[in-house]
Amino acid sequence: MNVFDIVGPVMIGPSSSHTAGAVRIGRIAGALLEGEPVRAHILLHGSFAKTYRGHGTDKALVAGIMGMAPSDIRIRLSLEIAKARGLDVVFGKTELEGAHPNTAVLTLKDAKGHTVTVQGASVGGGNILISEINGMKVEVTGQQDTLLVIHHDVPGVIAHVTNYIAAQGVNIGNFKLSRSRRGETAMMTIEMDGEFSRESNEGIEKLPNVIRSIILRPE
Amino acid sequence: MSIYYSVQDLIEAAERENKKISQIVLKEQAAELQKPESVLYKTMRESFLVMHQSVSDGIGPDMRSVSGLSGGSAYKMKLAVENGKTLCGKVFGRALMRALAVSESNACMGKIVAAPTAGSCGILPAALLTVMEDRGLDEREVVMSLFTASAFGMVIANNASISGAQGGCQAECGSASAMAAAALTELAGGTPRMAAHACAIALKNILGLVCDPVAGLVEIPCIKRNAMGVANAFVGAELALAGIESAIPADEVIVAMKRIGDMMPGSLKETAEGGLAGTPTAKRLKKQIFGE
Repeated sequence: MNVFDIVGPVMIGPSSSHTAGAVRIGRIAGALLEGEPVRAHILLHGSFAKTYRGHGTDKALVAGIMGMAPSDIRIRLSLEIAKARGLDVVFGKTELEGAHPNTAVLTLKDAKGHTVTVQGASVGGGNILISEINGMKVEVTGQQDTLLVIHHDVPGVIAHVTNYIAAQGVNIGNFKLSRSRRGETAMMTIEMDGEFSRESNEGIEKLPNVIRSIILRPE
Repeated sequence: MSIYYSVQDLIEAAERENKKISQIVLKEQAAELQKPESVLYKTMRESFLVMHQSVSDGIGPDMRSVSGLSGGSAYKMKLAVENGKTLCGKVFGRALMRALAVSESNACMGKIVAAPTAGSCGILPAALLTVMEDRGLDEREVVMSLFTASAFGMVIANNASISGAQGGCQAECGSASAMAAAALTELAGGTPRMAAHACAIALKNILGLVCDPVAGLVEIPCIKRNAMGVANAFVGAELALAGIESAIPADEVIVAMKRIGDMMPGSLKETAEGGLAGTPTAKRLKKQIFGE
């Protein structure tokens, strides 16, 4: 803990969990989609479903999807901005067994038809936990530079990727592998201790059997 | 061992070097975060500027929250001050006005600094900006006093909590009030020991306060509790600056707050079930906003 955890962060109100945290969930979903989103289907669970209108959780999620940070003053206008950009947003309610009370499931689609589905929870104080991406179990907090590497589930890919990261002089703080089914598509979640550059990420995308690599940075 | 686990350690560290608490905190945090003091100061100044702006943002007559439950009280307070209708003079009236303005700005999706939380974001800016204006203080002194406020906040967070869901409103508005009391004391020329007494007095006054937001929203009673919080910060600082001491040391008050928070039932810790949230009017308002 440091002084800026006490006086800070700068954020758009009214609630760190229902507003700032919701922006962060939206941001990660938006970053995972290949192109610009044209459609967002957002399901809300628990407290999110009950109080989203009063806390502006809906505006916060949509602002995040469009790439805004939790301190962006345009959050309160995000639904209008989405409309102007041709992003069609639909909200619904859901009940998820055993999920955190502040959970949202976002399904985004871009103009070329790529889709991504992200389940995330706002766990308090603006902190979040992404628990599922495209049906794969993950644990993404977004507090460090985090690499999401989608790849073919074949031998040697993890070694290639981690060797490449080591060669950049960056230490791995946390590593998790998820896969939908053996031998199909898998995803590595790699939290870095230091900063990981965009160029380095492009290098990872060129490694054999890597389908896509996305770098998530704290805003 | 970190100096942010006890108020006693914090004031002894300042006394040892014969410096203000803010000075030793800035130095220590620069070492901890491995960044120059100037970078930390700049980041804190940015927060200070947002605090300043959030007062202006929240003071307009047309402020209305997303739920429609709140807005416009800062403006009413401003008119009362301008028309000389306040009981305790303009300085105190302006402090209340600023606390309301920042809290209402938060409820209206404005930009604020969580200090320590969004629910209690009006207290610290209201206290500091009011004294800054009244005494004609330099911006630098006021920005520095935020390091003092943060240090007391860290001690509270390390030994108790700054979250309403964990410790009730005493942990949010109480912590903010205690932090502001300590910062005000330093700004007014009080010693580190006086700042510790100010923190203790402010926190003692607010012990046991529950977190019972109507419809779960950060509006009723949060906005008015921010006004109470800045008033209480002045109580702590004024008493301490007059040389009045808290019989119970700040560190023991913080532990008492933690124990009270632990004993508090869940219905009074941000779940919007008990207290004011359970009143007939609150239930009616909730139904009005969210339907069934």
